[in-house]
Order: sequence, then C-alpha cells, then structure tokens
Amino acid sequence: MIECAHLSKDFGEVKAVDDLSFTAHKGQVLGFLGPNGAGKSTTMKMITGFIPPTTGDIKVCDIDLAEDPVAVKNKIGYLPEGAPSYHEMKVGPFLQFIARMRNIPSAQQQSAVDSVVARLNLNHVYYQKIDTLSKGFKRRVGLAQAIIHDPEVLILDEPTDGLDPNQKHQVRELITTMSKNKTIILSTHILEEVHAVCDRAIIISQGAIVADNTPTEMESMSRYHHAVSFVADLDTALLNKIKDLDCVRDVTYNARLKETTVFPTQGLFIFDEVSGLLKNQGVQVISLKMEAGRLDEVFRNITQPEQKREVQR
Amino acid sequence: MNHISAIIRRELQSYFATPIAYVFIVIFLVMSGVFAFYFGSLYERGQADLLPFFNYHPWLYLFLVPAVAMRIWSEERNRGNIELLMTLPVKKLAWVIGKFLAAWLFVGLALLLTFPIVISINYLGNPDNGVILASYLGSFLLAGAFLAIGSCLSAATKNQVIAFILTVVICFIFLLSGFPMVLAFFKLFLPQFMVDVIASTSFLSHYASITKGVLDLGDVSYFALTICIWLYATALVVEMKKGD
Repeated sequence: MIECAHLSKDFGEVKAVDDLSFTAHKGQVLGFLGPNGAGKSTTMKMITGFIPPTTGDIKVCDIDLAEDPVAVKNKIGYLPEGAPSYHEMKVGPFLQFIARMRNIPSAQQQSAVDSVVARLNLNHVYYQKIDTLSKGFKRRVGLAQAIIHDPEVLILDEPTDGLDPNQKHQVRELITTMSKNKTIILSTHILEEVHAVCDRAIIISQGAIVADNTPTEMESMSRYHHAVSFVADLDTALLNKIKDLDCVRDVTYNARLKETTVFPTQGLFIFDEVSGLLKNQGVQVISLKMEAGRLDEVFRNITQPEQKREVQR
Repeated sequence: MNHISAIIRRELQSYFATPIAYVFIVIFLVMSGVFAFYFGSLYERGQADLLPFFNYHPWLYLFLVPAVAMRIWSEERNRGNIELLMTLPVKKLAWVIGKFLAAWLFVGLALLLTFPIVISINYLGNPDNGVILASYLGSFLLAGAFLAIGSCLSAATKNQVIAFILTVVICFIFLLSGFPMVLAFFKLFLPQFMVDVIASTSFLSHYASITKGVLDLGDVSYFALTICIWLYATALVVEMKKGD
C-alpha cells in the first residue's frame, strides 16, 4: 500500500509536483499518465526515497518514509527511467550484486537470481556484458533487479519503453501476474498499455492530478464514447442524411481512410440507427464498429491548456 | 558491513573489467621507477635507502590518484546509476566508504607491486627496512587523503574532467602549503605561529616526517582525520547533488 498526502516538490522556482495526494492499494496496478515534464518521474523518485519531497508525507506499507527510509526501500522494487545499470558488468554478477545489496540471505541469493532470470528470459545473456545488450534486454535486466527480492511495492518508470511488441506483451503479462499480491505503480506514454495492465489511471499535468479513474471510465469521457465508425464510399447527400438524424450530434469524414465517424447526442446509443440507415441506402460497408472512447483524445483534452483544446467537454 | 564488502568487491571487479586498472598500474610502476632512478639518482647516491623513490610519490599521486578518484561518483551520476544505488536499502555512508575503500585498495595494490625495488635495495646494501615499511604506510595514507578529496569533488560534478582538474588543484594546494618556498613567502608577513599552522595542514610535511622513519601518531592521525572529514563531506555532497 502506498499513501501520498499533499506531496509537493520545488526545484528552485519550478513547481514539479504540486499538492499531490493519492492512495494505491494492494492488488492494484496504478498507471501514471501525463505529458513529459508533468511530474510523473519526480513523484516516483519521491516515493522511492531518492529525492525528498519539499512538503508532504509518504507512507509505504504503513511505514513513514521520512522516519525509516531504509525499511521503506526494503519493501520497494524500483525501475528508474532508462533502466540504469553497471554497463561493464555481466548480467549474472550484476543481479547477484543487487541480491546481496537487497539483503537477501546468502543461501537464497542464487535461487532469487535464477528465478528472475527465468521469468524475464535472460538465460541467453547471463554471461554477457550489459553494455553489449540491446535496449530491450537492458530494460529486462532493469526489471529483473526491481523484482529480485519479491517486493510488496513495485514502481516502474516507463517499463516498456523501447521494447518490441513481443517484449511489451511479455512485460505486461509479467506485471499482470505479479499484480495480485503487490501494489504496482507504473508510468507510461503508451495509452493502450493503460488498458492492458492498469486497474486505475491517474493523469498528471503540471504536477497536479487532473483525472483519477478506471481506464473504462476515462474512455467514457471521450467524445468518441459510443460513437460509430464505418469505412465506406459515401457521397455528400448521404453524409447530410446521417447528419440530419435526431440522435446525431456531429459527423466527421476522413477522406484518406474513407472512414466516417458519427458522434451521438450525449449518452445515446446510435449504432442501430446508423447501421439501419446504411442498410436501407444499400451502402457497401467495409467495416462498422462502435467505439468505446479514445484515451488519447481524453488525454489531450485534459492535459492541454483550455484554449488549445480541440473540443470542450 | 556486508554491504560495504559487496560494494568493494563490485568496484574492484569493475576496475579490472575496464582498462583503467591496467593502464594505471603500468604507468604508476614505470613512472615511479623513472622518478626514483633518473631524477632521484637512487643508484648513483650510493646509499641503501628508498628516499628518492618515496620523495616523488606525492608528485606522482598528484596526477594519477585524481584519475582514479574522478570516476567514483561522477560516473554514477552521469549514467543515472545513482538513482538505482540510492533506492537500494543501503545506508549512504556504506556507499561512500565502500567506494573509497575499493579505490584505496586498488592504489594500494599498485603500491604493493613496487616491491621489486625493496628487494633490489636489500640486495645492494643493508637498508633500514623499518623506515621503508613506515614510508610505504605514509605513501598509502597520502594516497588515501588524495582519494578522499577526489571522491568528494567527484560527487560534486557529473563531469569527470572537471572532477579531475578540481582534485588536482585542491591536492596541489594541500601539498604546496608545506613547501619551504611557500612557507618562506608567508614568513615575510605572517607571524611564526600562523606559518606553523599553514605548514601543519600540509600533506608534504606530514608525509616527509613519516618517510624519515618517524612514525608519529600525530602524522598518522592527521591523515586519518583528513580522510574522515573528506568522506563525510562526500556523503553530504552526494545527498545534496544526487537529484540534479
């Protein structure tokens, strides 16, 4: 469990984090979203005890970070941004070193190393120097050192950055498997990831929380929520006909993709109406779908300054 | 304790995983030989002691030790490793001490490898081996003081070149403050006791008295104290600068 109360962090004149409060419970995977420089990494650095907050309290597993930082650090596994490690070391000895520094009893150190090596598929690079590894492998070594002591709390700063789709999938599966008995916080730019692994998403902008919902709730904030998209050859007459439907608020047409998106009047289901109309008019439809909502649009809406917003909520 | 020994082991392994260790040791051995025999005329003097050998150590250390010390912290900060280190459940002082001790042991190893000169001088004559032993200890302590200064300045900057230059300058000042020329200059306008204070902060005068074979508790504790103070300063600087 992680409790943050009124966290603030100033770097000189700049307020990186501004009165941030949230609680993450066991079994939860909490996603930090936000534009670059929003304060995601700074918040993570404060929770892991790397930098002290200017004001505010952090409790991890009911231990106050300011009172007993070493005890808190014992409970946390942390993957810093960019997955730093000792480049001149080989993967195996590096993990053994971390196991030792993590106070794992010497009899269990090797089995702890073997277990993370197996879970992250590092067998083939066990005797390889870290600086000769690809970005994806370096990231996995970083993840391995973060989970080697089976921590109660896991903090991952952009865990899938730089991984290929297969590796991303693998890491997400790993996170999902581990989430049952841990509290996990991860930051990401990839919005699909929020859906794939997070139970809860917090959007941070300019150091403050601007949204705190489940990914599904967040999608329903989108203009695209329950909108109907279809790909077909359309003429203007037909477009206007759709636009004239009572339940339709707006229609957009993407000429390149030949994709039409029909936005419903607030809260209405218009799938039947739209598909019915298309059928009546005998339009050849290549694809037709109802949208759940687009996270990237929600994200842009709530993290951009008012005047730049594409649509008003 | 367990942490410190793990840190020392890792650091030493990393010295030898890169060419740093070999370059340093070879240069140190060659240079110390060159200084002792060519500039110190160790052989031509016809005296069975190693004074010419040890006399040049401060000047050799002035450029070689900062080269070892410069990477101790600035490399960690530059690569972002410091974030990993400082979020492990390990006390900061353990890192400071462990990293320092590893560097000190490493320089100590280079110093130990100069043993052939001791064998040679024993073969050529009958030197006072007690003095030689004391001199080795003095040389080792001097290296430790330089390293502690270097470790502190290395923590202050992400740039190894800056760390190197600053360390050379600070070490040079600490050496110079005992130089007869410098002391003569201060004597012109400072009272004697002030000159003595300046002289007493000098690495050179403490080192010189040890290499004469006088293993005074004052000289040894001077170096020990210097090391402790600079290491404590290192811990403070690391804490201050880690988040930058």
